[in-house]
Amino acid sequence: MSILAAESANPLLPPVGEIIVGLIAFAVLLFVVVKFVAPRFEQVFQARRAAIEGGIERAEAMQAEAKAALEQYRAQLAEARNEAAQIRDSARAEGQQIIEQLRAQAQEESARIVARGEEQLAASRQQVVAELRGQIGALAVELAGRVVGESLADDARRSGTVDRFLDELDEMAASNPAGNGGAQPTSGATTGSTVYVPEGNR
Amino acid sequence: MTSSAHALGDVLAVESDPGGGFTPPGIGEFYPEVLTSFSVLGVGFEITRITIIAWVATLAMIAFLVATVRKPQIVPGKMQFIGETSYSFIRDGIARDVVGPKGLPFAPFLASLFFFILANNLMAIIPLAQISPMSKFAFPLVLALICWVVYIVVGIKNQGLWPYFRDIMFLPGVPKPMYLLITPLELLQNFIVRPFTLAIRLFANMFAGHMLLVTFALGATYLLTVGNFSAVFGPISALMAIVMTFFELLVIFLQAYVFTMLMGTYLNGSVEAAH
Repeated sequence: MSILAAESANPLLPPVGEIIVGLIAFAVLLFVVVKFVAPRFEQVFQARRAAIEGGIERAEAMQAEAKAALEQYRAQLAEARNEAAQIRDSARAEGQQIIEQLRAQAQEESARIVARGEEQLAASRQQVVAELRGQIGALAVELAGRVVGESLADDARRSGTVDRFLDELDEMAASNPAGNGGAQPTSGATTGSTVYVPEGNR
Repeated sequence: MTSSAHALGDVLAVESDPGGGFTPPGIGEFYPEVLTSFSVLGVGFEITRITIIAWVATLAMIAFLVATVRKPQIVPGKMQFIGETSYSFIRDGIARDVVGPKGLPFAPFLASLFFFILANNLMAIIPLAQISPMSKFAFPLVLALICWVVYIVVGIKNQGLWPYFRDIMFLPGVPKPMYLLITPLELLQNFIVRPFTLAIRLFANMFAGHMLLVTFALGATYLLTVGNFSAVFGPISALMAIVMTFFELLVIFLQAYVFTMLMGTYLNGSVEAAH
């Protein structure tokens, strides 16, 4: 019996046939793994890695794009701010200018109004003076006639005397303005009446 | 006579009976009946159930692997995921991390080793088979010899014939007188001890595992059928057989991994010049 024969067999001394059987079995498995299984797995790993890396690449590209957009927005925002500041500055300057202009205009206007007022005043005074001069002459003659008791009115040619007298008064007022402490020419006529007092000394 | 003493007497009677009693499993376990035998070129082939088990295990593993990669997809299905995980376990865990950066080309070989040993080992606890071809020394020896050839050839190819042997015989950085001691040890270690430890570690584990399982299983049967008080211990023996089966499952995976892992470290030594 083979079993009885095996009882004396040394398990560490295998028959050559068994070694060859084992060799073939392993060779078949090795062949299938090397030729078929491993390449396919490697292919899958590669594809997976590519897919993952592609995804990462896409994500990176999108991130870069987003970053660029953000950068652009920031630049635009800064530009807008700059522009706004410029506009504000120029507006302020313009406002200042307008105010200056308005002030100058107002000053001019007020100066003109004042000048016109003065002019009118001078004109009125001139008129009043001229009127008064005419009336004074007539009044003086009339009063003198009454005092004298007879009418002097018909002595019209004598009115020239009155005019001459008045002109003399005017000349005195004009030739002696320094004596009045630099009195203005407009007030010269008014002082004329005060100057009139020393006239009595003559 | 008490009942226990009576039982003891019974046991002793059975023990002393030359025809009966418990015959422990022997080496005959590993030499089953020859189903058919033939001879090719003077080499005798004996086909036993262990031979058939080896073929079934190998073909089953091939079928499994092919099934997992039949329709490879980027997002794996359940089947592909299992196959991929197992392959990556060796490819990344051993070929890349143990052998080194140049180790990936060895991944298919290392994976084949692992799958072949695992499939054959698993036969140790699969019902009806219940013996691993790896408990026959021929199978581990074949694998160990292949590994031996591979790591020597890879070493010579990567480092050159003379540098490879020089670095093994004369370890750099060792005081010259020490070579008297170290050189024979290194030669013995690299060219004789390595393949035999590889083969014997796997063989002995599967051999002993099988013996343990058979002993407990046969013991349980014997104790239950002996027809006396010893039957009480039968279930304990049966329980032990079950516990040892789970232990065997651990050994099956561990030994397949250890074999592949050691081959990885040997390849690492061959691929990279000695430090």
